[in-house]
Amino acid sequence: MKKVQIVIVGGGPAGLAAAVAAWEAGCRDLLILEREEALGGILKQCIHNGFGLHTFGEELTGPEYAARYIEKVEAYGIPYQCDTMVVNISEQRVVTAVSRSEGVQEFEAGAVILAMGCRERPRGALGIPGWRCSGIYTAGTAQKLVNRKGMMPGKRVVILGSGDIGLIMARRMTFLGAKVLGVVELMPYSSGLKRNIVQCLNDYDIPLLLSHTVVDVAGKERLTGVTVAQVDEALRPIPGTEQIFDCDTLLLSVGLIPENELSSMAGVELSAATSGALVDEQLETSVPGIFSCGNVLHVHDLVDFVSEEAAKAGLAALHYAEGKLPQPENQMVVESGFGAGGVVPQRMSKTLAEPVQLMFRSRGVYPNAAVAIELDGAEVARRKFRILTPGEMVRMAFLPAWAAEHPEAQKVTVRVVLPQEGGEQV
Amino acid sequence: MSNKKELTCIGCPMGCQISAELDEEGHILSLAGFTCKVGENYAKEELTAPKRMVTALVRLSGGREPLSVKTSKPIDKKLVFDCLRAAATVSVLRPVKIGEVILPHVCDTDVDLIATSEVL
Amino acid sequence: MLDVIIIGGGVIGCAIARELSRFKLQVLLLEKTDDICNGQSKANTAIIHGGYDAKPGTQKARFNVAGNKMYESVCAELDVPRKWNTSLVVSFSFDDHDKLEELLRQGAVNGVPDLRIIGQDELRAREPNVGRTAAEALLVPTGGIVCPYELTAAFAENAATNGVKFRRNAEVISVAKTEGGWRVACKDAVYRTRAVVNAAGLYSDRINNMVSEDEFHIHPRRGEYYIVDKKYADVFHAAMFQLPTKMGKGILVSPTVDGTVLIGPTAEDIDDKADTRTTAEGLEKALRYGSLTWENIPRKDFITTFSGLRAHSDKDDFILGEPADAPLFFNAGGVESPGLTSSPAIGQYLAESIADKLGAARNEAFDPIRHSIPKFREMTMEERARAIAHNPDYAKVVCRCETVTEAEIREAIRRPVGARTVDGIKRRTRAGMGRCQAGFCTPRTIELLCEELELDPTEITKCGGDSYLVQGDVLPNAEEEGGEQE
Repeated sequence: MKKVQIVIVGGGPAGLAAAVAAWEAGCRDLLILEREEALGGILKQCIHNGFGLHTFGEELTGPEYAARYIEKVEAYGIPYQCDTMVVNISEQRVVTAVSRSEGVQEFEAGAVILAMGCRERPRGALGIPGWRCSGIYTAGTAQKLVNRKGMMPGKRVVILGSGDIGLIMARRMTFLGAKVLGVVELMPYSSGLKRNIVQCLNDYDIPLLLSHTVVDVAGKERLTGVTVAQVDEALRPIPGTEQIFDCDTLLLSVGLIPENELSSMAGVELSAATSGALVDEQLETSVPGIFSCGNVLHVHDLVDFVSEEAAKAGLAALHYAEGKLPQPENQMVVESGFGAGGVVPQRMSKTLAEPVQLMFRSRGVYPNAAVAIELDGAEVARRKFRILTPGEMVRMAFLPAWAAEHPEAQKVTVRVVLPQEGGEQV
Repeated sequence: MSNKKELTCIGCPMGCQISAELDEEGHILSLAGFTCKVGENYAKEELTAPKRMVTALVRLSGGREPLSVKTSKPIDKKLVFDCLRAAATVSVLRPVKIGEVILPHVCDTDVDLIATSEVL
Repeated sequence: MLDVIIIGGGVIGCAIARELSRFKLQVLLLEKTDDICNGQSKANTAIIHGGYDAKPGTQKARFNVAGNKMYESVCAELDVPRKWNTSLVVSFSFDDHDKLEELLRQGAVNGVPDLRIIGQDELRAREPNVGRTAAEALLVPTGGIVCPYELTAAFAENAATNGVKFRRNAEVISVAKTEGGWRVACKDAVYRTRAVVNAAGLYSDRINNMVSEDEFHIHPRRGEYYIVDKKYADVFHAAMFQLPTKMGKGILVSPTVDGTVLIGPTAEDIDDKADTRTTAEGLEKALRYGSLTWENIPRKDFITTFSGLRAHSDKDDFILGEPADAPLFFNAGGVESPGLTSSPAIGQYLAESIADKLGAARNEAFDPIRHSIPKFREMTMEERARAIAHNPDYAKVVCRCETVTEAEIREAIRRPVGARTVDGIKRRTRAGMGRCQAGFCTPRTIELLCEELELDPTEITKCGGDSYLVQGDVLPNAEEEGGEQE
């Protein structure tokens, strides 16, 4: 068994940023384990631009964004192993991995950073009735086939779900000569970024059907069509509103799920709201010395924030491995109040050295709303937002002074304040 | 007679809604709703000379896997599909470095197609 | 001249093939679709039934009980995952006690051992998560669960190893009596054989009616199912049947050998023998009735839905053996539930009758042993290290959800009667059967099929026919223009 100060599971944007941050803070004994043949994670297949505006002040494509970090990893000489699959993590932070070149390896890690990313929700999870034919792909699988493998899944496409990957794929398939007949969204609003709706759909006159869903799938062998119907407020299909689209391909962009199988093996407690680990402001999970960041912690909207979060995890992991991280004690619980879903972190120390970025998704579309932070019911901060939408992560800093002013507080609540409740005036 | 137009700013993830009034010749009479200079500039450009970054795939020697490329800067929105057609005619030999010019002066513009990923 | 042609590559056809390979006979199995295990055998409840359910004196009762008794040794020889987790038939009203008694008596007459009725306390002690209205249950100690795909593949592989030939994509279009045997025609080939076995499942009526006046007819009955994530593997221990009432046969909630939970089937008589669609109504019904057994079924943890057709015949029983007017034509028709359980016994019975009629000698070289593809997910770390040292492809996990490696996938393609499609790989290895339902592994699986079979990606299908996965290259004419570069 080999001892390593920090083992980073996953060499995508989170793992890379965590490694770079740890190195820059002085760590010289770390290792990135990546299951694919190259570093970069999902960014390798995200060939569209729009990454890195916050981090680098310019719009990069996915591979370019990843390369900024990979270049640093190479320049610093941070050790990494590709084609290496982590198959187990123990509560004592023994990381077991397999690879062609090394066989089975065990690492005794001073700290572990979980950076495995997320996966897509498949058709089966939705229970869409109809045939089980070919031609139904998650948008990310189609993206990989197209951008990485050079294979074209089909020519007449319907997309279910208006998540960002779905929108991006609508444009990509159009660019490659396919006809995208429409993007069908169950909710009355899109969960994708505004810019993607504008630049991927509107630019190419691709209809966005809000409050619609796919109710039937036709085609015994290959997909031949889908039936789309409008849904009512309870999201039930409305009889009589069915329309049939002749298509050979259905792409699904209906949600991402953090991939926490390994976390569970290590005994890490998960949140029902985010499907990611429960963490404190240091991004430490319920298992001491195991940290989580990026899309395996909660699904982000922008990679810049993944990098930012991961860098924090990298530092915290180093501090832990050096025995400098304060013991998690005297913590407050962070709760999601009205309109807020899956606030991260879920636990927070009362004695904070620096502001903590609270992140969450709003549970609906709330124009002219505000977000309030309460300590045991007493409001300590309120910030107005022109609009809150589930597609965009809300970030709000929690200041150390607030906790210092309420030393007895046990509970932090983050909630949305609607305009009629006074959200507008603040 | 003025002409009202609504657009969504794409300068950043905020997605500000911008309302514009244009005269008959397409000159901007008024702009409202943007919250920063980026938004104002975006709206002016989008209403008068819209541009787009284009990302595309080009053929790479020795296999089916393609190479990803982008325009070195945004090009006239009207040229997007011409640009894609031009990219489809290219075939590149390995190795390729990020930033390498793959097709100079695409569609007779001052914009190049450059590689966005490294291939060994 | 062949000795025996088996029509149909489901679990019954493959079981018969394996049993026939114990004899010195030239045997050919013809399968209509692109793969074995492609009809009822792939979409069923995967239960090893005790045998209490069939009416005494029927073939179903006889072969169910006989098949059940053979299962352990057959699965041991063929290295097929099975689990003797018992079955429970749960009643939801104490008024139904007599019905449980009736089932128990019926089972006893059929020869099912050790049946007994258990009360509330024992039921809840055994199955703490059973619904609040559950009253009592019939305990079937000989009930179990099995992997139906692996069983079918195991029969086929073992049969092939012992000399049986298999042809897929070989639909039989006619069967006719000739001098000294039968003439069996496919679209692209004609065979002569001394004996024919009809194991054509849903289409066994069509084959029988080609040769016999003693006609029967299959009326497909569709059942719809949900599969729930394996994190609920421990919710129930036994296969949880519901006592049939005037409201219906009830919905089963059962663990599978793979750790997932199965809910279903509905029962709907339909006309089209190929109509394996799921429907909103059917799926809703499965959940509504299933909720009696499992309250608060976790709807956000469904992995997939599917439907299967049962080959219900108008004779309402298995139709086994030679019709009076068609000597050396052996039916294994109308086989529906409990067909999977009965398969070893049906195989043995028919193979022995055929061998007897043909005067075949024992095949002394017959090897009953088949090893399953070593599964990375089931290995200890030491075994994994050894497997990788022996074959580095074991280090390359292709399906992350079920932890299936490249080595397993390649072997599934290379084995006798190996996988030719993405679904074929799925059924032989579980790659793509997990939570992400093949999202991550499909691109690599396509590549592996291309590499192993020397095919182009456009030739790879999900399940044969027109079920292609990709339509071509994103940049067409790559090859033509590739040569032109300066």
